[in-house]
Amino acid sequence: MTAAGMPARPGAAPRVPVEDRTRFLARTEHRALRVAALVGALVLWELFCRAGWVPALFLPSPLGVLREARDMLASGELLVHLVASLKRLVLGFALGSAAGVAVGIAVGVFSAAEAVGTPLIAATFPIPKIALLPLLILWLGIGEPSKIAVIALGVFFPLALNTYAGARQADPVLIRAAVAFGAGRWSVIRKVIVPSTLPMVFAGLKLGAGTALLLLVAAEMIAVESGIGFLVLNAANLMATTKLMVGIVVLSALGVLSHWGLTALERVVIPWREG
Amino acid sequence: MRVVVERLGKAYPARRGPAVTALEDVTLAAEPEEFLAILGPSGCGKSTLLGAIAGLIPVTSGGVFFEGVRRAGQPLTATVFQEFALFPWRTVRANVELGLEELGVPGRERAARARRQLEQMGLHDFEDRFPHQLSGGMRQRVGIARALAVDPAVLLMDEPFSALDAQTRTLMMEELLGVWERARTTILYVTHNIQEAVFMADRVLVLSRRPGRVLASVPVPLPRPRTEAMLGVPAFVETADRIWRLIRSQAEAALVEGGA
Repeated sequence: MTAAGMPARPGAAPRVPVEDRTRFLARTEHRALRVAALVGALVLWELFCRAGWVPALFLPSPLGVLREARDMLASGELLVHLVASLKRLVLGFALGSAAGVAVGIAVGVFSAAEAVGTPLIAATFPIPKIALLPLLILWLGIGEPSKIAVIALGVFFPLALNTYAGARQADPVLIRAAVAFGAGRWSVIRKVIVPSTLPMVFAGLKLGAGTALLLLVAAEMIAVESGIGFLVLNAANLMATTKLMVGIVVLSALGVLSHWGLTALERVVIPWREG
Repeated sequence: MRVVVERLGKAYPARRGPAVTALEDVTLAAEPEEFLAILGPSGCGKSTLLGAIAGLIPVTSGGVFFEGVRRAGQPLTATVFQEFALFPWRTVRANVELGLEELGVPGRERAARARRQLEQMGLHDFEDRFPHQLSGGMRQRVGIARALAVDPAVLLMDEPFSALDAQTRTLMMEELLGVWERARTTILYVTHNIQEAVFMADRVLVLSRRPGRVLASVPVPLPRPRTEAMLGVPAFVETADRIWRLIRSQAEAALVEGGA
């Protein structure tokens, strides 16, 4: 035995140390790189514009866009468009997701609803919802209802499909346990199925938020006087590229913020998630 | 209460070929306050039998009856599951309150009864935790507390400790015996572990492999309260040995069949 308490090593025997072979699999977060990538892209863009390589009419500089946004905020113009868009977005999103969750649960729980619902959903789901906008305008008029309806339709499908999948994935062991302790049909739905669907519902809400934004802009390009979509189209017609860019930046911000908001809400609503 | 199972049969329809008979002509009775172990090799339909007694599995023939007087609002059975089956979105206390909710017990009394049960199982410091924050042994403690909280006439336990490691299992067995000495309900305890069955039960019912039939009813001649020291006494060893000889050939056949 050696001093370290290890067995003595015969002099000539070769010795191979074990190395950590998984090192290349490790994933680091690279926090600084994340920020640098975003800031770097903006700086490059600004320099590109300052160098005069492209006319400002085609590509306005980031600082120019920022200045324009400030002016539009000060004049109240931006707020008018933003409020108009948010109203449509929130109403359409709320209606569509509520209907989607309700239908998804019904189809996931009741076999008769499944028999009726799945072929109908399969047939209508692939239709690009923008194609329905003219029809909706015909039915509901040129005003707000048709715009809210098209957003609601776009949000309805990802939620109905996700909620349905979530309901079908509910753990049969938990359903049996609930029944063993006296739960009837409605108790099982309320206490097992609905909580089981929540993670899938949130995945659907995030998908739906993207769809809603897309349909909002499409709807606002037809016969409206306000809204971010109108702002973008109108600015393009007037060759006001900086204004147009402000609209696009606002849309990007809406997308990012809705995703953050939903992620934060998910953490509050689903506190039992592991990790 | 007394549990009577009369000529129970259960066949599962197979996708191809004839139906699979899980249970055939099973007749048994568990006496009031009896701790009855139901033992058998894997695939003998013992969990199916317990499910049928709980009314969770429809049977093909025969029936299950409960005889005796029940207190008002007392459910016939409550089940402790092998997989714990705790609701991940409910805290420990809310999980224990589940059965009481379904019985229509008002909120304040519900909380009090759940707390009392958690106290008994040594879980009072964990009542606001979620199940995923607990160890397997603690989770099954919650499962037992949930079942005892409704004060069932008969407690059904479906391999409650088989998902736990050996040390935890031994501790939980002793703890369950302690709880049972106090509560004294009829217990039907399904297991594939002979030592577990002999150590805990008054009587061991041995099932054959598929189709499950009652092979023998073996009384356990050990006094109560049971202690770990009894694991070595002749009465224990002889009883365990007798049961092993009964099911050895069955277990061997199940092994060759891959336990399917």
